[in-house]
Amino acid sequence: MSILIDKNTRLIVQGITGNEGMFHTQQMFAYGTNIVGGVTPGKGGEWVVNGKIPVFDSVKLAADATGANCSVIFVPAKFAPDAMFEAADAGISLIVCITEGVAVQDMMRVRNYLDQKRVRLVGPNCPGMLTPGESKVGIIPGNIAISGNVGVVSRSGTLTYEVLYAMKNLGLGASTCVGIGGDPVNGTNFIDVLDMFEHDAQTEKVVMIGEIGGTDEEKAAEFISKKMTKPVVSFIAGQTAPPGKRMGHAGAIIEGGAGTAADKIKALEAAGVKVAKHPEEIATLLK
Amino acid sequence: MKLHEYQSKLIFSKYGIPIPKGRVAATAEAARQIAQELGGRAVIKAQVLVGGRGKAGGIKVAKDPNDAEQLATQILSMEIKGLPVRKVLVDEAASIETEIYLGITNDRAARRPVMMASAAGGVDIEEVARETPEKIIKVHIDPLLGLRDYQTRDIAAGIDLPRELWRDFNAIALALWKAYSENDATLAEINPLIINKEKKLVALDGKMLIDDNAMFRHADLAELRDIDEEAPAETEARKYGLSYIKLDGTIGCMVNGAGLAMTSMDVIKLFGGEPANFLDIGGGAGADKVAAAMKIILTDPNVKAVLFNIFGGITRCDEVAKGILVAMDEVKPKVPMVVRLVGTNAEEGRKLLENAHMITAETLADAAQKAVKAATK
Repeated sequence: MSILIDKNTRLIVQGITGNEGMFHTQQMFAYGTNIVGGVTPGKGGEWVVNGKIPVFDSVKLAADATGANCSVIFVPAKFAPDAMFEAADAGISLIVCITEGVAVQDMMRVRNYLDQKRVRLVGPNCPGMLTPGESKVGIIPGNIAISGNVGVVSRSGTLTYEVLYAMKNLGLGASTCVGIGGDPVNGTNFIDVLDMFEHDAQTEKVVMIGEIGGTDEEKAAEFISKKMTKPVVSFIAGQTAPPGKRMGHAGAIIEGGAGTAADKIKALEAAGVKVAKHPEEIATLLK
Repeated sequence: MKLHEYQSKLIFSKYGIPIPKGRVAATAEAARQIAQELGGRAVIKAQVLVGGRGKAGGIKVAKDPNDAEQLATQILSMEIKGLPVRKVLVDEAASIETEIYLGITNDRAARRPVMMASAAGGVDIEEVARETPEKIIKVHIDPLLGLRDYQTRDIAAGIDLPRELWRDFNAIALALWKAYSENDATLAEINPLIINKEKKLVALDGKMLIDDNAMFRHADLAELRDIDEEAPAETEARKYGLSYIKLDGTIGCMVNGAGLAMTSMDVIKLFGGEPANFLDIGGGAGADKVAAAMKIILTDPNVKAVLFNIFGGITRCDEVAKGILVAMDEVKPKVPMVVRLVGTNAEEGRKLLENAHMITAETLADAAQKAVKAATK
């Protein structure tokens, strides 16, 4: 078992013929992800990746022809909101948006619309998801993680790779790794994923990687103390970040004294979560 | 992106929000001229992109044009929180009866914009929120529907606004929402919104923040960016699509990915050092970008050592290594460099750097300790 994606995931790639889209389609395909099609308006009828993946003009056409149940989005930020609306309207139930730099008011409109349609969105501004050995949806390098019983959820990209790699070096594998993204308004938050891990039979322990900005980690801490039986290990990035500055991620900003690493660590420790001092220590704390 | 008060108020005014008569001036002579046109009495307000201008002495009332010139001279030679005052706004002096706060910002937890109002205007709203949160009325706005008329009436009633002003208040609140949504603001604030002696509502001060991710559809706003108010290295970094923030420490950092970049700073601190900057070279950075990043880091004279922490995913370690070599050749750095390459093409990257006289490290903890040691030598 795993969460969100597995070998039954039937994936389409929106923006498949773009630079990023094509590169990562090849990577996902080589990993063994079941990619059933791609979408680039105006290029319907073409076949890519050595003639193995058909391209469609719209998500609706792709979904009707392939029975896709998941879509990953690689289109530029100014077109990404439309791509998310399109996927939702075409009946896709799980949308993963990798694109960084989507305007926050666009994201509020997208999220409110998708909630009404009961569509799950992961991202934007995220590395996507990986269920080692089964499916990779997004850009997490496949070779840095092995299959195992640790559920991983993170707001970051490369920091997550760092943790997966340190885990692998100690022989620890992941059930599923979910990158929820670094934007202030996103589709799936910590609590959504923690809840799924709590109910997933394969997952025995959970790693939660947070960072400064917002109060999602504090809310997750409350959820962990009230609802979770599985042990959680955490790391929070940004202890040295100055207030009022956006640290690369649109959502990583301490505003009006709220969203500091110290507050998050305090809340997590109070909930019984072991908080690592540096990312490599997470793997040791899991042992 | 932050807008100055005068820029924000001009936008508000375009949407129909009443603002005081006035103009911006870069010289004391111009300030005198404007005061003259306004009939003598005027308020001289420093235009800098930080809060607390009033407390710092950056806002003064002039009783006549001579006074305006004198006060403008004084304010234009000030620095407020390290920022030199380059412009002043000269506004007609208002007769204030009541000060109200009215603002819109994004409530990230609710995933909606929220309009906030308070009868306790004119003071720091964050302080009001901390000490007397019950004095702030909050109304969430559906991003698909927009602000509704009834919501503005709820706010007006909530702050005990006199009924005869409800209609004007409704128009101002709707205009503020329009200005906010059409300009992709992350904050649009009127503080204070006053009731004057003539019982009219006027936006005496204004503040707007614009979402940098939405600038692609606001070419007009991009022109308003005041690069005089930024650290030059941050402006330079933006040109190359790099995310750079200068800090006060001695260890320069170059990392791929924002989360890992913050973490690298934290681990430096954990082992007793102080980071000199945050720098994310982003995913898939090529050699030119790396070279530009290194030059930016080394323009900071406090830097005593540099830490490169690259976890190759989309970013290829050999490309980063090439960039480091190009930059070393151009900049000829005199400070020690610690490099850690892991992931895609790390082996090739390490080979390229073999003869570059760099300190190498296996793990982030190891790299941070080596950088701290190198910086304190």
